[in-house]
Amino acid sequence: MKQRNEQLPPGIRGFLIRMGQIDRRWIYLAVAVAIAAPMLARLRFPEVPGRMAQATFDAIESIPPGSRVLIAYDFDPASAAELEPMANAVLHHCASKGHRIALMALWPLGKQLADDAIRDILLEYHPEKVEGVDYVQLGFKTGNEGVIKLMSTSIAEAYAADASGKPITQIPLLEGVRTIGDFQLIASISAGTPGAQQWVQYGDSAMPDAFKFVAGTTGVQSSQLLPYYPKQMEGMLIAIKGAAEYEMLVTEKYPVTRSADRLALGRERMGPQFVAHLLLIGLIVLGNVSMLAARGWKGAAR
Amino acid sequence: MRRRSTSVVRESVRLLQRVGEYAAACVPFACVAMALFVARDVAASPMPPAAENLRLEDAPDDAGGVLVVFWKTPDPAASAGVVIERSLTAAERAKNANELWIEVERLGRDAVAGVDGSYVLKGVPSDEDTRVRVSILGTDGELSEFVESAPARPEVSLFAFKRLPLLLTVIVVSLSVLVWVALARSGRPLKIRRIAALDAVDEAVGRATEMGRAVLFVPGIQDMNDIQTIAGLTILGRVAQTAAEYDARLEVPTCRSIVMTAAREQVQAAHHAAGRPETYAEGNINYITDEQFGYVAYLSGHMMREKPAACFYMGAFYAESLVLAENGNSIGAIQIAGTAEPSQLPFFVAACDYTLIGEEFFAASAYLSGERDQLGSIKGQDVGKAFAIGAILIGTALATIAALNEGGSLGMWAGSAVASMRGFFGG
Amino acid sequence: MLQRTIPLLILSASGLILILSYFSPITETWSEQVVSWFNILAGVAFVLGAGNLLAVNLEKISSKRPGWAYSAITLVSFGAMLVVGLSKWGAVPDAKHPDVHLAGSQDSTQAGYGWAYEYVLSPLTATMFALLAFYVASAAFRAFRAKNFEAILLLGTAFIILLVQIAAGAFLTNWIPEDSFFAFLRAESLKAIVTEVFQTAGMRAILIGIALGTAATSLRLILGIDRSALSKG
Repeated sequence: MKQRNEQLPPGIRGFLIRMGQIDRRWIYLAVAVAIAAPMLARLRFPEVPGRMAQATFDAIESIPPGSRVLIAYDFDPASAAELEPMANAVLHHCASKGHRIALMALWPLGKQLADDAIRDILLEYHPEKVEGVDYVQLGFKTGNEGVIKLMSTSIAEAYAADASGKPITQIPLLEGVRTIGDFQLIASISAGTPGAQQWVQYGDSAMPDAFKFVAGTTGVQSSQLLPYYPKQMEGMLIAIKGAAEYEMLVTEKYPVTRSADRLALGRERMGPQFVAHLLLIGLIVLGNVSMLAARGWKGAAR
Repeated sequence: MRRRSTSVVRESVRLLQRVGEYAAACVPFACVAMALFVARDVAASPMPPAAENLRLEDAPDDAGGVLVVFWKTPDPAASAGVVIERSLTAAERAKNANELWIEVERLGRDAVAGVDGSYVLKGVPSDEDTRVRVSILGTDGELSEFVESAPARPEVSLFAFKRLPLLLTVIVVSLSVLVWVALARSGRPLKIRRIAALDAVDEAVGRATEMGRAVLFVPGIQDMNDIQTIAGLTILGRVAQTAAEYDARLEVPTCRSIVMTAAREQVQAAHHAAGRPETYAEGNINYITDEQFGYVAYLSGHMMREKPAACFYMGAFYAESLVLAENGNSIGAIQIAGTAEPSQLPFFVAACDYTLIGEEFFAASAYLSGERDQLGSIKGQDVGKAFAIGAILIGTALATIAALNEGGSLGMWAGSAVASMRGFFGG
Repeated sequence: MLQRTIPLLILSASGLILILSYFSPITETWSEQVVSWFNILAGVAFVLGAGNLLAVNLEKISSKRPGWAYSAITLVSFGAMLVVGLSKWGAVPDAKHPDVHLAGSQDSTQAGYGWAYEYVLSPLTATMFALLAFYVASAAFRAFRAKNFEAILLLGTAFIILLVQIAAGAFLTNWIPEDSFFAFLRAESLKAIVTEVFQTAGMRAILIGIALGTAATSLRLILGIDRSALSKG
């Protein structure tokens, strides 16, 4: 095998070795181009819905219209790029199916993201929805997993009023709702702690089988949550890919007449991901070719 | 004008009289039609049979406030749902004296799909009696007679029996830890494998000293109520002692105020232990911000400017792990990480020289102390692991037998054994 | 003595109460009390942190150490947010108490605090998070080298996941019939095998280890076998 290296012209070998030690700033530049170019060109690729996206879709479909659904915005703008598309799609799906939706946040900035979703998704595509009857914004509550624990014994103790200050006893949607067990489905769009894992540990375990639970997570966090699927979590949307697949399912069944850009964010963002992944594969190949050029096959296999 | 209006009135009265005559003629026909309609309706949808065996019981293993309603649906095929009402509480009766019952829930077909039905009634006062009454909803929307339960009160349980298996597991693990601590005290030889990441502490601090650069220690981004922060601070004690012995500058920027205070205590104690109390500099241990990415921004900038020669990341980390490790890598620092956040381990493994993975991170404190008691506790922990491995192997073997011999007596026995194991471990 | 014994007693009592409350519903409120105490302590300790922040940055400015301008920006931002937040500058009046300025809400961007949160903190936070894309690429370039058998396995898995997470995976493998023996090589099956079998199995093993490690460490702390976390004074 050593001869193989000797067969490489020294110029090419030297070039390959140098490429293996390329300054990381060139890599940063390549990543910037790989992300920006498809974004500007609005590249889109067809998606085939996976099992988890289908399971999430089925979970929301399986409960009868008019069911109460709690959507927890457990993320902030830092991870909004990854999680907002699925949050939008879940909200649109629940509203289209006729569920009554309560929104809340365990992250301080999650409340503002939920406000944006009410404005841009709920009222944009479902202008007939009435606040307090069809949806309610509970807002942010400090206390992390303590809030979930509290809500599993009494929602009124965690949220005396909704985000606008209206007592929850005067909100028709929450009439008869005492604990999270009175919701038929809970969805946590989660970027970390507190998030989906805490909903499983403190919500689902406190009252197993009382409600269906689905989660949307970042790609990084997904490995931590996979052990909970499908027993504790009926469905799971993982990163942009999961959002794009789920968007497909939702918009196919519940198409919108107005501009559907906000319900296509996942598929739009798969464009940059597509090119960036190819770049990563290219970089890994380059790194290995360079290593082989420097060491030869025998050295590499040691 | 007046004559014209008089004739209009006269014509209107005549028209009304005519309509009245027709209407009167139609009344008998209408009555017969209505009677026939009602008779047909009654014959088609008789009132559904009422619920039977209604019971109201305290929910077990809880902190009170919950009752469970049980009933039997006599004819599930003819039932479309169930209406559950509860008696008003004293406070509610004071506000509304006219009402006795309040509807709690109107459940759909699922609730009456089988003969046995149940419903969990929450938020029940524990200092007064509560009753419920139940009515079955027929397929045509007809309600059966209400059946009323005997009164009941929710009780606070002293012990949650559903958590008994977990308690037994806790006891087994705790006892094994205690037994091994006792064995270690009695002089039984203990063999703990070397942890390369901890052995590299001296090398990292020594290198920083040689290069005349600082050692950076990041204790994660969680507060002192996170066990990972405590484990990280224990390792800080060792790093600080080595740094004090080598006279290297140690910097500890923290994300929480309490962690700053605790880190100062640790470092000061380490300087005392090294016999160099005069070299302790409180100013090197600072609080930066609670904001995750604000903290990361500070650390990134600090690392690029100061270029520490050794970086330790020990504690709870999230999205910032790779940002820190890559920055450390770019400045050529020796990097040692330790965390129990499984999702961040791949990043640390990829970008750091050494990584303490999960349980190694927790074992580090005992490993570094070198005390027999603490080393014994690591051995005890291994008993717990053997317990888990044994349970996994037995469960896998039983599930395989059940699948291979489906329908056979051995398969059925294995299947029921798997179900029992699931019940015990809550799976 | 007091510096070690009393904290140890508090630690042990708190730990035991938290364990007890999990198994005995009657003591649930006790654990809530313990958690509340910690929250109060953490709140008070924030004053310590703020004091330290001021001291460090003021010292840096006064001694004109390198990068003192950053300290000045930090202090100005800190002071501005403190004033805007405490004075509730621009807060939206509360519906019930429109005359009471301090009852107003700062959530919307009409309020100074809400504006800063939405238009300063949020973009900065998102920017920092977005940096991960760059770091992931450079870390992958450096780490995924086929140096030995384990590294080859890691490299192979990375390739599979990178491909099946994009449409290219389906494009490359969709020609394999779904009912054939080789159907497991289709993108969605490969992804399921890697994530739901190998990754989940590995993750569960790590989680069991972490759980046992946490339990043993907690036990050492509660029983006072490990006193390293307590004051040495």
